[in-house]
Amino acid sequence: MNRHLVRRFLGRLGLYASVLLLVSPAVLFFLWMLSLSLKNELDNTAWPPVFIPNPPTLANFVDVFAKNDFLTYTINSVIVSFTATGLALLFGVPAAYGIAKSKATKAAALILIARVTPGLSYLIPLFLLFQWLGLIGTLVPLVITHLVITVPIVVWVMIGFFEGLPGELEEAALMDGATIWQAFLYVAMPLARPGITVATILSFIFSWNNFIFGVVLAGRSTRTLPVAVYNVLTFEQISWGPLAAAALIVTAPVLLLTLLMQKEIVAGLTAGGVKGG
Amino acid sequence: MSTTTAINVALTSGPRAYGRRYWVFAVPAAMVVLLVILFPWLFTLFMSVHDWKVTGDTPYVGLANYAKMLTDERFLYAVVRTLYFTAASVVAPLVLGIWAAVCFASKFRLRGLARTLFVLPMMATPVAISLVWTMMFHPQLGVLNYLLTSAGLPPSTWVYDASTVIPTLVMVETWQWTPLVMLIVLGGIASLPTDPYEAAILDGASAWQMFRHITLPLVWPFIMVAAVIRLIDALKTFDTIYVITLGGPGTASETINILLYQTAFAYYDLGYGSAMVVVFFVLILLISLLLLRVRQREDLR
Repeated sequence: MNRHLVRRFLGRLGLYASVLLLVSPAVLFFLWMLSLSLKNELDNTAWPPVFIPNPPTLANFVDVFAKNDFLTYTINSVIVSFTATGLALLFGVPAAYGIAKSKATKAAALILIARVTPGLSYLIPLFLLFQWLGLIGTLVPLVITHLVITVPIVVWVMIGFFEGLPGELEEAALMDGATIWQAFLYVAMPLARPGITVATILSFIFSWNNFIFGVVLAGRSTRTLPVAVYNVLTFEQISWGPLAAAALIVTAPVLLLTLLMQKEIVAGLTAGGVKGG
Repeated sequence: MSTTTAINVALTSGPRAYGRRYWVFAVPAAMVVLLVILFPWLFTLFMSVHDWKVTGDTPYVGLANYAKMLTDERFLYAVVRTLYFTAASVVAPLVLGIWAAVCFASKFRLRGLARTLFVLPMMATPVAISLVWTMMFHPQLGVLNYLLTSAGLPPSTWVYDASTVIPTLVMVETWQWTPLVMLIVLGGIASLPTDPYEAAILDGASAWQMFRHITLPLVWPFIMVAAVIRLIDALKTFDTIYVITLGGPGTASETINILLYQTAFAYYDLGYGSAMVVVFFVLILLISLLLLRVRQREDLR
């Protein structure tokens, strides 16, 4: 065997070892989460720990829905995340188009500042505002505050997409007498559809994951899933199985979405370095 | 904003574009920004100079809230803790993220799947993963101490002792956010030209030499971007600390953000909380600008 081949082989070995080392903390963590959620209480508190549920049980999941109002919380989360994402698209996509077309970098910088500001700093004034308006205890404050997360994500991702589009088609439409609104709606929008997909997924995920706004603004019946898992389950000193099951229920939609749409998500995250809250 | 953008349109798009008022598109979003971003800022500034509790009068107190911070030991300790937590939570993910990016830049079987699995921690709901980490940290029954003792190491106190709580939280933060660094740096590596590498291979350079002398200098701007983003996010970390320790044991992991929450929403001292928000925001902005300045100076060189 010649030395070049040996070196190449060792290089590959190093690469595979590195990847295994890097990926295993994530994989083992989620497998452990799954294992906790599928074991009965005896196995969950056993020492040494039981790794593979034998036999696996769905009792924890049944327990979560039976003993708590988890269905309500799920519906709350769905309403808040979908509305906040929908409104963000409605406001954000045209705004991104306007900013990209008029090359208004200052307006783009304003969006960046929203990215820098801690979520908590919006909460004190908005909390008072919603209290004065008598909206605490409804879903409205949650939807409105989630716009703080979703609008910047949508605008940021979409500016990049609109800037990447060739302007000739819109120019042609305008020459033919279309208004800029028509050029946007019928020419630019269809071309930017992949961008809209990316923006939708990311803004939905980060809205779904948000915890801090719900902790402050949600009432007993308007909790979103992350708040419910924290409030309801930990305060009842609940056992590990149902807690892991509840945690899995909350994050499963996001994990599935990430696995299914990984190309879009990676593209969006790489472009903007976005993160909510 | 409207005038400057209108001028921009006129300047950049030629004479025909004049009068195409693209800024109109941004009006609805601007109104949202006004309501949920600009109004809170201004109102926070206003509250920070008042003695503002939830009930009762709200007398004007000038800069008293700000002065109070200078002598408030709990706040000062929180600042030091935040800086310690942040420094570690920038460096560790950065080093690991660059390593991961280099790995994921080369082709191998199942690369797509491996990358997706690697990205999962940053997409997962922070509250959910925090609860699972908490169970894993359990001193007697937690799986982590089982793994440590099986490997012949002494068990750790994880988040249950003042001396280990911040390193443990940094570990969670690193686990969660290394993928974002990886993605940004990977984007940088993907944009690199291939010729320098071909030349280096012909010269018999080793993989480490190529990384050290070609990849690292060329992707440095991307690494700096990742560093700034990581810095901002680490300073703002809330969900994981809140769920796992709530700033405890005692106040051993109480960062500015957690103290801020307690002040405003547990003690309902909204005036003092607002002053903290202002200082916190200025701190974040200053550190970010500092890092960006460093980067600009490097660009000049």
